[in-house]
Amino acid sequence: MKLKTFTGGIHPPDNKQWSSHKAIEDCPLPAEFVVPMAQHIGAPAVASVEVGQSVSKGQEIGSAKGFVSVPVHAPTSGEVVAVESRPHPWGTSLPAVVIKPDGEDCWSTDLQPGDPGSLTVDEIVEKVRLAGVVGMGGAAFPAHVKMSPPPEKKISTLIFNGVECEPYLTADHRMMLEEPERILQGVALLQYVFGAERVVIGIEANKPDAIALLEKECAGAPVEILSLQVKYPQGAEKQLIAAVTGREVPSGGLPMDIGVAVHNISTAAAVADAVLFGRPLIERVCTVTGPAIREPKNLRIRIGTPLSHLVEVCGGLTEDPGKIVLGGPMMGFTQLDFDVPATRGTSGLLLLRDEDVDRQEEGPCIRCSRCVQACPMHLLPTTIAAYSRRDLLAEASEYCAMDCIECGCCSYVCPATIPLVQAIRYGKAAILAKKRSS
Amino acid sequence: MSKQLYLSSSPHIHSGDSTSKVMRAVLYSLLPACAVAVYFFGPAALTVLLIATLGCLATEVVCQRLMGQPVTIADGSAAITGVLLALNLPPSSPWWLTLLGAVIAIAIGKQVYGGLGSNPFNPALVARVVLLISFPVQMTTWSSPTPFGSGLDLVTTATPLGEWKNAVMLTGQMPPELQSGMADYFLGNMAGCIGEVSALALLLGAGYLFYKRILTWHIPATFVGTVVLFSSVFWLVNPDKYPNPLFHLLTGGLVLGAFYMATDMVTTPVSTKGMLFFGVGCGVLTVLIRLFGGYPEGVSFAILLMNAATPLIDRYSRPKTFGTSRQGVRS
Repeated sequence: MKLKTFTGGIHPPDNKQWSSHKAIEDCPLPAEFVVPMAQHIGAPAVASVEVGQSVSKGQEIGSAKGFVSVPVHAPTSGEVVAVESRPHPWGTSLPAVVIKPDGEDCWSTDLQPGDPGSLTVDEIVEKVRLAGVVGMGGAAFPAHVKMSPPPEKKISTLIFNGVECEPYLTADHRMMLEEPERILQGVALLQYVFGAERVVIGIEANKPDAIALLEKECAGAPVEILSLQVKYPQGAEKQLIAAVTGREVPSGGLPMDIGVAVHNISTAAAVADAVLFGRPLIERVCTVTGPAIREPKNLRIRIGTPLSHLVEVCGGLTEDPGKIVLGGPMMGFTQLDFDVPATRGTSGLLLLRDEDVDRQEEGPCIRCSRCVQACPMHLLPTTIAAYSRRDLLAEASEYCAMDCIECGCCSYVCPATIPLVQAIRYGKAAILAKKRSS
Repeated sequence: MSKQLYLSSSPHIHSGDSTSKVMRAVLYSLLPACAVAVYFFGPAALTVLLIATLGCLATEVVCQRLMGQPVTIADGSAAITGVLLALNLPPSSPWWLTLLGAVIAIAIGKQVYGGLGSNPFNPALVARVVLLISFPVQMTTWSSPTPFGSGLDLVTTATPLGEWKNAVMLTGQMPPELQSGMADYFLGNMAGCIGEVSALALLLGAGYLFYKRILTWHIPATFVGTVVLFSSVFWLVNPDKYPNPLFHLLTGGLVLGAFYMATDMVTTPVSTKGMLFFGVGCGVLTVLIRLFGGYPEGVSFAILLMNAATPLIDRYSRPKTFGTSRQGVRS
């Protein structure tokens, strides 16, 4: 049978064998947590604790400012030793609350379990907001915003993203294998919130064990498990929706415009924690992997754990890394060192060796059209990149630069190693800046 | 940490493919055709191949030195132009003609536009057409194939397409024996340019390029398909005057053109739809020039004309952007 998918895309080696068989381990507490206030899309939280104050696990330490914003919570119990700017994975220093753990790791007594039977939709959404739940796929968009579509946008299809198409990463895979109950509790809650008729969990066909397990767990439930073709970026929201429903999210629009909502399966688990147990989002599963780490692992880490601690827990490095990547190799961000903390969006820490880093010099475009074939948005990446690089923004925009999802397929396949997606990203930013200033 | 780390924009992995790897594969794919050429035409073909290739490499070096640019002959593109140029010349080409072709191909066909990736026309074809128009005698002096060991010297003769054209011009009829040697035509046992004689050798190389995913079916299939369909129409109307589609397919430069010249990435459209247009255009023009033009052969002119149309095709064959109903343009 031909598996469902989208058109375009690439097949990079998935390299998941490093960690896909490793059960999730609890990461021991580090000597110090650095909890950034900015770790979701939208307005960053504002620190609400003072130096010297003792905090308990799950206590709010940063309050949300605005609708597209969520609070931040203490990852463990201990003492606040600093409230100051610290190096952040985004590349600058940003406000953070530094906590020295007391080793007790005791939960705040304020947290109340909820009875889903007696909660209204609004109460569920509010609990999700207070728990600081954001999209766990890496984009970190506040979940409560996605859960509150305007009343005229009826969601008929609810899709859960268990695709994990980024090479190397196995965190979601392990979540599905080890914690299907939590995920399915979240699925049921979100189905209730949206009142969706069709509920689909999309999983790439390279995770047959997860597909089989969830099929078994969902027997009798109104949840469809859909096996999808192994292709990058199968887990990108628009591509996943196209594969599942055959429909395209309109350019410049949102999934809800065609009656669809997409949530990551780990987000569903976090929603279950928040609603059923009143537990805020203070931990996540992160894959620490790559050829330069001694022992690749899937770790359950607390938010704010310094990367250096993760490296240590995984047996250290086998050699000086050529690149430190937060997230997957296709869309992750490089880091200068291990001094930054893991955030809610840290799905992976990838350590590449020098020899894994492509340092081929850029050559001229030979119009081989591989980027055109690979682009899942059906754009002409080479044309847009060329316009962007010459600051011909009107032309770039006319060739739909703003529709680029920055998946990196074009750069991956380019034999001339032209940094296409980087150029397009620059073009997009310049177009936006121009729009704002006019 | 003890050493400098590499910071960069995503993605952090690459397919590992490179321009020079692509070019090298194309060179390998041309080896069977070169081998067959040397088998049928002997040292003459080898000389043309060597002069053309070395001439292109030397011209590239000289041009880049003169313009103060880094020398990039290692990327393999100039070598390909050289081999393709040789394959597009008669085996009896004098050395100066071949060398002149090499200089024209690289200097005028490629470097004046800015080098690799910027030339609008296929450089080897630019050279071939300039030579064909400037030196018609040398460029249409054909040798009959004399396989190694046959003990024969090169004998001047006409190509099957040329014979047909002459016959039709003189008598209005084509000689029937022309259409009986299909097996010879397929293997390469006929007069013609060095590289256009053996369809078999060219297809072997093309198969390798398909396997390496460097060649896609779009241009060759539409080009060949259009020639077959379009020439069939004429053949069915008047089989005495117009040759059958198989004759069109196996003689002259159609296979060489469709698989190696019309598929030159630099000078052809980038979208799938554009490639289909391009292939059909090449096919129609080839048949029209062959049947009604002044030259017996039309592949080179057809491809160059379509090269000129490539920017226009690119403009009007943009893929439909995901999530829009129109091609490209966003409101």
